[in-house]
Amino acid sequence: MPSKIIAKKELIPGRTSLMLLDAPHIAATAKPGNFVILRVGEKGERFPLTIADLDEKKGTITIVFLVMGKSTAVLNAMREGESVFDLCGPLGKATRIHKIGTVVCVGGGTGVAAMHHIAKGHHLAGNHVVAAIGARSENLLLFRRELEAFCDEVLVATDDGSTGHKGLVTEVVEQRLAADKAVGEVVAVGPVPMMSAVVKTVKPFQVPVTVSLNSMMVDGIGMCGACRVSVGGETKFTCVDGPEFDGYLVNFAELQQRLAALKDKEKLSYDNYCKCGHHE
Amino acid sequence: MSKLNKVRVAMPCQDPLVRITNYDEVALGYSHADALAEAGRCLQCKKPGCVAGCPVEVPIGRFIGALVADNLEEAHRIIKSTNSLPAICGRVCPQENQCEGKCILNAKGNPVAIGRLERYVADYFLGKPGAAGAGGTVCKPKDPEAKVACIGGGPASITVAGYLAARGVKVTVFEALHEIGGVLVYGIPEFRLPKAAVVQKELANLAACGVEFKTNWVGGKTVSIQNLFRNGYKAVFVGVGAGLPKFFEVPGENLNGVLSANEYLTRLNLGRGYDFPNYDTPAFTGRKVTVYGAGNVAMDAARSALRTGAEKVSIVYRRTKAEMPARKEEMEHAEEEGVVFEELAAPLEFVGDAAGQVKEVKLQVMRLGEPDASGRRSPEPEAGVVRTLETDLAVIALGTQANRVLLEATPELALNKRGYIEVGENNETSIPDVFAGGDIVTGAATVIKAMGAGRVAAKAIAERLGVAEI
Repeated sequence: MPSKIIAKKELIPGRTSLMLLDAPHIAATAKPGNFVILRVGEKGERFPLTIADLDEKKGTITIVFLVMGKSTAVLNAMREGESVFDLCGPLGKATRIHKIGTVVCVGGGTGVAAMHHIAKGHHLAGNHVVAAIGARSENLLLFRRELEAFCDEVLVATDDGSTGHKGLVTEVVEQRLAADKAVGEVVAVGPVPMMSAVVKTVKPFQVPVTVSLNSMMVDGIGMCGACRVSVGGETKFTCVDGPEFDGYLVNFAELQQRLAALKDKEKLSYDNYCKCGHHE
Repeated sequence: MSKLNKVRVAMPCQDPLVRITNYDEVALGYSHADALAEAGRCLQCKKPGCVAGCPVEVPIGRFIGALVADNLEEAHRIIKSTNSLPAICGRVCPQENQCEGKCILNAKGNPVAIGRLERYVADYFLGKPGAAGAGGTVCKPKDPEAKVACIGGGPASITVAGYLAARGVKVTVFEALHEIGGVLVYGIPEFRLPKAAVVQKELANLAACGVEFKTNWVGGKTVSIQNLFRNGYKAVFVGVGAGLPKFFEVPGENLNGVLSANEYLTRLNLGRGYDFPNYDTPAFTGRKVTVYGAGNVAMDAARSALRTGAEKVSIVYRRTKAEMPARKEEMEHAEEEGVVFEELAAPLEFVGDAAGQVKEVKLQVMRLGEPDASGRRSPEPEAGVVRTLETDLAVIALGTQANRVLLEATPELALNKRGYIEVGENNETSIPDVFAGGDIVTGAATVIKAMGAGRVAAKAIAERLGVAEI
């Protein structure tokens, strides 16, 4: 069913936007870690986005997306007051949240938005939440202020040093873990290489790492297996067994490879859309 | 009746060489003259076997009798009295194992082409909701409080909705995907079951009858059974299907280009991927396509591959053609179109290139041994005999298991050993007023069996609501 865009904010012009969608039935039952499946038009494809935040009273959910193909480009061209053609959710298993003391939540790229909802859940459960976020430059950092509003610590890294630590987000994670042995869990959400790097960084500290995977999906309800991922040598479906898994067990190389399975067709679709003059 | 014609009237079809270049329906349907000629072959048995072979007990002899008298409206009314989706059943039922399998004429020649006749009558009235016998007269809810919810929008739920709506019950169907129809929409291809021309018209009849369809509502996620009762529904029917695809669990199965038939067909059918990039959903395409399994889903996948540019399509099966479970007509159509049958072979490993794309499959050569419990001779490996087959797209059609989404959200729903919902009399589950039917009870079966199960549940619900009489 269609879902109205209550508000839209371009976080990084032309690349990343935030939308508040009217979805009371989803806001009423969604939990941190859940995702939704969207379609942007009658001929649109189904694609997943993790829920970045929700407001049960107002009946809204927040999504944040990076323009990376036709569907996200069409979504980014939509304005407040228009409607997303189909919105389905909440899907996937919710984050396992319990009181464990200190939790370090790492976010990269648009993954910061998804991490935000998980961090909030840990905060509400009474955990000491350390957010660690990274980007190439200060103007590409997402959700810093939102995280600062409730996180106990917000650690920032930029490649160019325009703000925070100059270098990779894994470096600030490493420093934080070295400084405090009492960290109970690390959560990482972002591009596959970043999640894989976080797992490598955390391993010597023997702290559990939870990762939220961005596998390709079609139905999102366990029917097709497009989102297959190898976890500890077993095949799991990201949509119904995940999207969160034990980072130490995920085969990231396979995941990265599978994300490219349809790249030629995705490019063709996007190029056709851009050629039609839809995109600046 | 004059001299018996042992041969049934042939179904006009698109030419195989032409049809593999399009996605249009293969079987074109009988003409009026064809239908009358075929109907005339029916012996009007006193004790018909055909009706007993039909999961929804269509009064077959009576509708064929009306057809012989050229009374199409009466024929339609008779079919519709027990089957709410005849245009669909006429196309996808495995008639050779059901009605036609029990036809007395099998002893002399071809059985009466009951499915084709059913389709002929149903098609005549498709898209004419006002027509006599179409069941399209607006069914006003008798009691606005008597609401029933169906979870899952496939054939079982649609049957429940049709049966109850005709008795003045307000029915809401909650479907997880963005289109109603279940396997009719995501699974069975357009060339076998047209969506806009057939499925959507059958559904429009139900909508005209007051059935409410809600898409993008996932049972167990967006909507729970407990919540439905809280919101005033008096009974719930669970028809969520058996969606979880099985894999071989052999090395290389997660390579790119190796996928479940569910994914392959959902992209093509629900996503209209055969019309990419006009539609946005990209479908997988290959030059040398291999399909594993030999049921209807495997035939659908193989024939879809031919229509989306494959040079060679092979069905790989561990038994032989004689044991293939697909509908006979589908196998014949597949063979006419050029699908190759690789018998007595089972995959050992999928091998990929440096980019992780499948390039070949290693096959274990099999032989047939003694018959197993199902009566089919079981395949055994020929020790050490392995061959390879080049393939850049491997579609696995091994069947499915219970989808756990609703079941996990409803732990009080009793399941059987195989993980499907356990039902008692009238298909009622362990939760009072919650009924279930279709693949989520039986495991993957057929459209008509799901409809039969829906009908049993719908009858019981109607009685409980006091609306059994039409």
